[in-house]
Amino acid sequence: MAASLIRPEEAQRIWVWLEHDGTSLEGVSLELLAKGRELADRSGEGLVGLLMGHELDSLADEALGYGADEIVVAEDPLLEVYTTDAWCDAAAQVVLEKKPNILLFGATPDGRDLAGRLAVRLRTGLTADCTDLEIKTDEPALMLAAEVTGFGGGVAAIIACKENRPQMATVRPGVFRPALRRSHGEEGVQSRCPVRIDPGRVRTRVLERRIGEAVDITKAEALVVGGRGVKGDFGLLETLAGLLGAELGASRVAVDEGWIEKDRMIGQTGSVTRPKVAIVCGVSGAMQFTVGIMEADTVVAINSDPEAPIFESADYCVVDDLFSILPPLIRELENSR
Amino acid sequence: MNPASNNGLRTIVCLKVVPRPEEVRVDAETMTLDRAGAQSFINPPDLNALETALKLKDACGGEVSILSMGPPFFEPYLRLALAVGADRAFLLSDRAFGGADTLATTYTLAKGVEKIGAFDLVLCGEESLDGATAQVPPGLAEWLDVAQVTCALEIEKVPGKREMRVQRELKGGSETLSVDLPAVVSVKANVNEPRFIDYDRMEWALQEAPVGVWGAGDLATDPELTGLAGSPTTVAGVRQVATPDRRRKHLSGSAGEIARALADLLRTQTGSRGG
Repeated sequence: MAASLIRPEEAQRIWVWLEHDGTSLEGVSLELLAKGRELADRSGEGLVGLLMGHELDSLADEALGYGADEIVVAEDPLLEVYTTDAWCDAAAQVVLEKKPNILLFGATPDGRDLAGRLAVRLRTGLTADCTDLEIKTDEPALMLAAEVTGFGGGVAAIIACKENRPQMATVRPGVFRPALRRSHGEEGVQSRCPVRIDPGRVRTRVLERRIGEAVDITKAEALVVGGRGVKGDFGLLETLAGLLGAELGASRVAVDEGWIEKDRMIGQTGSVTRPKVAIVCGVSGAMQFTVGIMEADTVVAINSDPEAPIFESADYCVVDDLFSILPPLIRELENSR
Repeated sequence: MNPASNNGLRTIVCLKVVPRPEEVRVDAETMTLDRAGAQSFINPPDLNALETALKLKDACGGEVSILSMGPPFFEPYLRLALAVGADRAFLLSDRAFGGADTLATTYTLAKGVEKIGAFDLVLCGEESLDGATAQVPPGLAEWLDVAQVTCALEIEKVPGKREMRVQRELKGGSETLSVDLPAVVSVKANVNEPRFIDYDRMEWALQEAPVGVWGAGDLATDPELTGLAGSPTTVAGVRQVATPDRRRKHLSGSAGEIARALADLLRTQTGSRGG
């Protein structure tokens, strides 16, 4: 096996890479701070947040309040915007200096981009897109047991990295609840880790960034979800969502057809949601989709095909055309306002 | 000056053959995956990567090589890629490569890329349907020590320069990057419509074209870095994910009756105040 650059006996603490947009932390980073705190308390390890960027003072202060024992700040002008080379160089320097035992990333586009490269540079194992994390306190102590799902969500595996450090994992957004802001006086300490980045090694340059209003359906209390059966028209679903204070969600087909933004995609390649209620309209319900609504308290399915597998994953099943059911349902809800 | 800037792009497309996800079962006794009953096919996003490579070749010239790692039964799938339009295909196949995690897989693929020779671009699908880790492209870029872009939506060559313009997906948006070549780029699923097999190429692709099959000896791989031996991660357990128990209560009646029942249900579920 590739020799680990960090020996298990010298590796310490649980680290979370804190993703941010310059002003606030990503939701998944707060989720990892909460889960990291739980793992740290159970195992007696410390919890560290790694904040990388340029001119981070106010964000570093903000980050202190979410349960980490320490926030390590790595700053450089070349870290103003994310590029793989600059961020990987900087992260590798911090890791080799501080020797984390566990290093967690959100499975976001940038988190996956960075973690995949960093793991190879560090010659260590990376468990990707985890849906659960546990820490072993018996032998071998402080080993991360990371659960991943594969094959469209039908199979789960527990992955361990026994000898190489840090034990790296990317974690799917939405599977843990986010850390809450702690009261004043319970905050961690802040430290700095100097990094040197060679501009000649940065082989990509950001010319333009277009960020829209990001939708986060993982936090929605109620979801109205459309699939192939909506036939391109989310109008009725939108009206229903408005009446229920719900967010719109979609199956992969609806996103691929261009009927709705991809931020709203539910399932294996989209988001895992945990609403109180999900009303799923015109979705056939393959495993790749249903893994995204497994955590819903109640699922209502409307589909004209009585054989649709979605009915296996629903609490209330309506075998009918969504275009016949939604209009009277909308009228009922409007009349009772 | 590198000849590639005048003579087109030398592109390598990484391609994986995966079992149909819904046909894979967990063997409860051995705790291993039973793929025997599952049909295989080319990982769909890899076909988007191949289409991207062929479009670039249409625009700039050059050649497209296919690279895969897996058992000998992958070979016919590589021939399909040749029939679609690729020029050469190479399969890294050796028992020593089996059981590889991403570290060992990316090391082995990097050795394969090096053996193919000088290249401008390695294209991969964003992730595989079976593993879904999306970690191979970044890992491969690190072993090769070249630029990397993941989640690419659009790729074009900058004329006269060893440079690409790549649009990359971000959370809630996208960014445009200028990327030095050589580079490894992973292509999002469904970014293009993969072309069909070219029937004029069929006979050559399926029968005549040589497919290079390389083992550990050909690649001079370090046995400590390949396969199970080269993999720092291990599978500690496998289970079939249980579908949560749902009530599966059928609501029947006229559309109006169903709507009333649903409205009552939703008023209690969402806590909205009813009339």
